[in-house]
This record gives sequence, structure tokens and C-alpha cells, in this order.
Amino acid sequence: MEKRDFVKPVLFSDMLSSHHDTGTNYLNAKKGFLSWLFTVDHKRIGVMYFISISIFFLVAGLFALLLRTELMQIRIPNATANSYMISADHYNESFTFHGAIMVFLVIIPSVPATLGNFLLPLMLGAKDVAFPKLNLISFHLYIVGALFLVYTIAFGGLDTGWTFYTPYSTQTSTSVIAAVFGAFILGFATILTGVNFIVTVHKMRAPGMTWVRMPLFVWAIYATSVIQVLATPVVGVTLILVAIERLLGIGIFDSNLGGDPILFQNFFWFYSHPAVYIMILPAFGIMSELITIHSRKSIFGYKAVAISSIGIAVIGFFVWGHHMFTSGQSPLASVFFSLLTYAVAVPTAIKVFSWVATLYKGSISFTAPMCYAFVFLFLFLIGGLTGIFLGALSTDVHLHNTYFVVAHFQYVMMGGTIIAWIGAIYHWWPKITGKKFNQTWAIISSIVVFIGFNLTFFPQFVMGTRGMPRRYYDYLPEYYTFHLLSTIGSYVLAIGLFIVLFNWLHSIFYGKNETNPNPWKGKSMEWTETAVVPIEHNFEKQPISTHGPYEFDELVKPVKAGGH
Amino acid sequence: MTDHDGHSAHPKYQAHHFKSMEQQTAAGKLGMWVFMAQELLFFSGLFCAFGFVRYMYPDMVSQAQSSMDWRLGGINSIILLVSSLTISLSVRSARSNNRSGTIKFLIATMICGFAFLAIKGAEWGMHMHEGYFPGKYFNPVHHAEIQDPLAHIFFGLYYVMTGMHGLHIVVGLGLMTWMLIRASKGEFNSENYVSLENTSLFWHLVDIVWIFLYPLLYLAK
Repeated sequence: MEKRDFVKPVLFSDMLSSHHDTGTNYLNAKKGFLSWLFTVDHKRIGVMYFISISIFFLVAGLFALLLRTELMQIRIPNATANSYMISADHYNESFTFHGAIMVFLVIIPSVPATLGNFLLPLMLGAKDVAFPKLNLISFHLYIVGALFLVYTIAFGGLDTGWTFYTPYSTQTSTSVIAAVFGAFILGFATILTGVNFIVTVHKMRAPGMTWVRMPLFVWAIYATSVIQVLATPVVGVTLILVAIERLLGIGIFDSNLGGDPILFQNFFWFYSHPAVYIMILPAFGIMSELITIHSRKSIFGYKAVAISSIGIAVIGFFVWGHHMFTSGQSPLASVFFSLLTYAVAVPTAIKVFSWVATLYKGSISFTAPMCYAFVFLFLFLIGGLTGIFLGALSTDVHLHNTYFVVAHFQYVMMGGTIIAWIGAIYHWWPKITGKKFNQTWAIISSIVVFIGFNLTFFPQFVMGTRGMPRRYYDYLPEYYTFHLLSTIGSYVLAIGLFIVLFNWLHSIFYGKNETNPNPWKGKSMEWTETAVVPIEHNFEKQPISTHGPYEFDELVKPVKAGGH
Repeated sequence: MTDHDGHSAHPKYQAHHFKSMEQQTAAGKLGMWVFMAQELLFFSGLFCAFGFVRYMYPDMVSQAQSSMDWRLGGINSIILLVSSLTISLSVRSARSNNRSGTIKFLIATMICGFAFLAIKGAEWGMHMHEGYFPGKYFNPVHHAEIQDPLAHIFFGLYYVMTGMHGLHIVVGLGLMTWMLIRASKGEFNSENYVSLENTSLFWHLVDIVWIFLYPLLYLAK
């Protein structure tokens, strides 16, 4: 199967290509580092995002392990700021970096920037996104913004938490300005990507590709892009105001100078609540793809799932006040925000019920992507249901700023978005790299991740209900057992994620070439109309859509893509 | 329609990933409109902040506004409105294959833009002459009309809002310089005009933001 010419040097792009003896594809069409760095090919840009995001994920994960290890140490009575393995200041900086890197550099771009970029034109039957150069600029902006954030790690640190709450963020001596500038640039990259995707969906669809023939992943990315375009500028201007406040002391957010820190919170959450839907909506789209293909059934309620993405995007703009129930905002406003928060549960539940109904009497194959889809379903269910506790006014007063909030956020973001992302990378791995992966280890990784994740974060729910505050360096000895369990869980989780990493690396360097252009027997265009690895311009000739994305030919179990 | 060979052949200005020039133009326009939605939300944050400050300190704001010269602001409004007309005429010239008209109207628009910046800069200079510096540097001179130390919030926000708007004017001027170079190379015609039109859309947006800034900062008391 593999006829490699041993005289020529073996390049990295050769390793990824399955076809270099028979034809060219996007991976080997051009060679050299610069041909990647300045490419306008949406697939290569997606791959570059994938590599960058994976590196940042690794870094942020190591910070999390550092935090967990500190919290596992046996508590010392009358501890000072230097009693434990890292000082209190370093603890504050570490959780800020973990949060800022995970939110701004990993979770927000994770699915849209990698798979959105890679798949959107392929799923729509287009040669590229609407503005390929703008797409490249977005990637470069992402790297520049990331460098600013990394700069704050190396010089001066940052200890505000990823939320940059005033007045502390205008008073701390750490390098807030570089960090908010980095976040601003990252926001700009996000906005440009959103503009690009919206126009791509509207204007670049192949003949016959009507709105109701688009894969649900495209709907999800579309809804995400709308939020990106409408919410991100507000946080952009807010971060500018924070920076100017630090430089000039204009005092809009500082009550000592006549301003109001609650105004900052309103601005910040006007973006950052919709931002959690930027993070989770693409994962919902992925779930619709994985569950249908790996259970050989058409999605239950296509239109309901599609419209509910838009519904979440719209309602998501009007719930930001539920982050501020204890801030002293008017009780009437709190009641409305609480009600609207419950309203978001409706479209979200429509999606979850549709997935479960799709599974019903489906021909389920326990492939690696499907295992991750199940992990998602369980974890997101827990995360979503605990969100109800936090949306209710009376319980939130008790749970606010405790580990309960931390655990809820981890369950929906890590257990939701990141798990779906890993599952999706496995699902589209043959299309992206042209390689098979080891199915057994992939499934083992999903089990280890599931166990580790629950062991890490479930004790945090219990701790939270008992009053353990978040972001604390030291705590009362009564919480010790929970922290110990949580830390052990985080090590298990790390092992699971390292299995994923080694599985991917093993596949790239030692994996067999995939020969089947459609190993999962999908019906959307990226599977049916392209070579094993897509060519540079995606399609040999203009594809025409004649059927929906989930009209599977027969209820058969697909041949396993991995396993060697 | 310009004279390029054949209907099915790729026109010179058409990017490879578009099926037709119409698709490319429509995509370009939609992209700009979506981007403008983003701009609107960007400024809406500042407008909210202004509304909040006005609500908190109505007396301070109305007193501080008395230092605004509505005549200079009015002149600037007229300048921007005229520039919106000239840039639209520039697009119209491009669409009727009139290269010299395109260039002339672009230059006229740029002159308006620079005039706006000059007047705005002079206003800033006058405020600073009175000692109305932003934030913690706010230190009115003895004969200044406004001595209320809280007025620093108004001026801080005033500088941020007009500064952000001015920054957009500068970006618009940069875009127009780029368009000027392309126009002088003869790139624009009745088929290929979307980047020029998008520049004009951006400029109209800058204009309309000012149309809201002017009454809020200068007139409403």
C-alpha cells in the first residue's frame, strides 16, 4: 500500500500525505515552512490553528496540574503565603494563566478555528472560505495576540483571573495592559473569522446546497459566528477602557474616582456570557455529526436542532446578568435574568433530546469518536443540570464564587467543548492527515479521560456546596479529602489526555495510510466528494448537492477506520 | 460590462474560489455589512458608558458640556456629510468607468477627512489649554469655567469616544490612500468596484457614528 521513495528525504508533509505516489493533496501540494505560514488554504490554516491550540492546551493543562498539586499538599496550621510548594502570588498567577489561556487561546478558537476552517468549505462544496486572505490575517492576529499573553507569563505575570475584574485589574502591579491588549487582538481575530464564516455560509454554497441540506455542524458554526461578530466588539471596547483606566485613571470603572465597577461587570458579561455559547455551540454541531454517522441514523428533528442553535445564540445575549446576582444589581433585573437563563435550557434540551432520540434504535458502533460523543453526553448533562442550580436566584447566593461554579464551568467547557473537539479530531483525522489511528488506544483514552474528569471535578461540586471558595490558595482542613481526590483525578485526566496526544503523534509518524476516502460512510460532501485527503482546491469539479447530509444508504456498521 | 474575453472565462479581478464576479461582489458587500454590525456594537459600548455617566451625574455632565463649542462640532458634521457625498460620487464614477472622477472624488473625501481631524485636534488643544486633561491629569487652570473635579469622568469619556472615532477616521484615510493607489492603476471599473464600495461603506459608518456623537456630546443639555 505504501510505496515510499527512500532516496528522497522524508518531509513532515510527506508523512501526513497518503497519496504522494499517486497524486498531490493539500498537504504536499507546496513544500516548506513558509508555504504553510503564508498559505491562504483554509485547510492548512485549520491545521496550523490545530497545532497552535494543542500546544497552548498542553501549557494551560500543566498550569492546572501545578495548581492541583499545591492544593493536594497537607494543610499547615497558620500557613503563610510561602508555606506551600508555590507562593500565594504564584498561585494567583497560575490560575489566571490557566484560565486566560484556556478561554482565549484554546476553547474559544478550538472548534471554529480548527474544524470550522477545515470543514466549512468542504461541507458546503466551496473551494475556500469567502475571504482566504482575511482568514490568514485572522490566524496571524491569533498568533500575535497569543504572544502578548505569553509575554505576560514571562514578564510581570497577571493575577486578575481571566475576568479582569475592576477595580483590582486597574490597581494590581502585574502586566494587565499587555494581557488586555493580547485579548483585544485575539478578539479581533475572532471577529474576522466570524465575518468570514457568515459570508461563506451565505454566498459560497454549492448548487443544490440549500439551508436545510447543510450539515448541522455548519448551522452551529453559523450561529457561533453571529455571536462572535456581535459580542466580541463589546469586550474589545471594555478592555480598551480598562487599559486607558490604568494609564490615565479616567475612572469609569472605579468608584473612588466616581465610576462604577458594576458597569465593567455588565460590559464584560455582555460579551463573556455569549462567549460561552461561542465555546459550546460548535461542540453541539459536532455532536450532531458524530451521533448520526456512528449510529447510521438521520438526525431526529433536523430543523429543530438547526433553529435551536440560532435560538441559543439569540437568547444567550440577554442572560449576562446571571453572573451578577450577588453584585447588588436590582432584584427585579435579577429575576428577569434568572427567567431568561432558564429559557436557554429549552433549545439546549431540544438538542440533547434530539441526539438521544437519534440514538434510539440506531445501529450504534462504539468507534473512538462515538465514545467521545458518549463522554460528552454524560458530562454535559451533569454540567447543564448543575447550571440550573446556579441560574436559580436563591441557591446561587450560596453557591456563588465557590468550587461549585468551577466544577459547573469545567463540566460544560472541558467536558463539553474539549471532549467534543477531541472526538471530532478523531472523526475527521483520516480526512485531515490521511492516516489511520489506533482505535483501541483512542477508546482507552476516552475511558481514562471520563474517569479522570469525574474524579477531578465531581468532588468540587461537593466542596462547593459546603462552602469552599474558588481561587483560594489555602483552605480549611475539612476540605482536604475532596482536594486530594480532585488532584488524583486530575493526574488520571492528564494521563488520558497524554494517551490522546501520543495516539495522534503515533498516527502521524507511524500510522498506516488511509485508503478509503469515506471510512465512516458519511453522506456530507467532505466525505463523498473529495479524495482521501482533499486536493488543494478541495474538489476536482464543482460538486452538486442532491440529498441531505444524513440520508445514509443502509443501516450498516461502518468499517473501523483504525486498528492495526 | 467591460471588454474582457468570453463570458465563461475567469475575469481578471475574480479570485479563483469564486464562481462568478457577481458572487465575489455579493460576498464582498455582505462581508462589509457584517463587519459594520461589529463596529456598531463596538461604539454602542461607549454610548452605554456615556449614558451611564450622564445618568449618574446629570449636573456635572451638563456643566461640562458647556465647554463644548457647538459651532466647531457643527462645522465638522457638515464636513463629514459632504465627505460622505464625495465618496459616494467616487464609487459612482468607478462604476461608470470614470477613472479621473474616481480619483478626484477620493482626494476630495480625504481632504474632508484631514480637515475634520484638524478641527477635532484644535478642539482637543483648546480643552487641554484649559487644563481639562483626561483622568488623573485633570487639573483645570484658575480661570477655567469648570472646576468640578468630577468633570474628569466626562472629559475622560469624551477623549475616549472622540479618540476612538478619530482613530476610525485615520483608518478610513488609510483605506482611501490604498484605494487611491489602486484607482490610479486603473483597477476599478463597472465590474470590479467592491473594495472601493466597502471603503465608502466604512466611511459612511464613521460618519453616522459622528452624527450620534455630535448631539450627545455637544448639544444635549
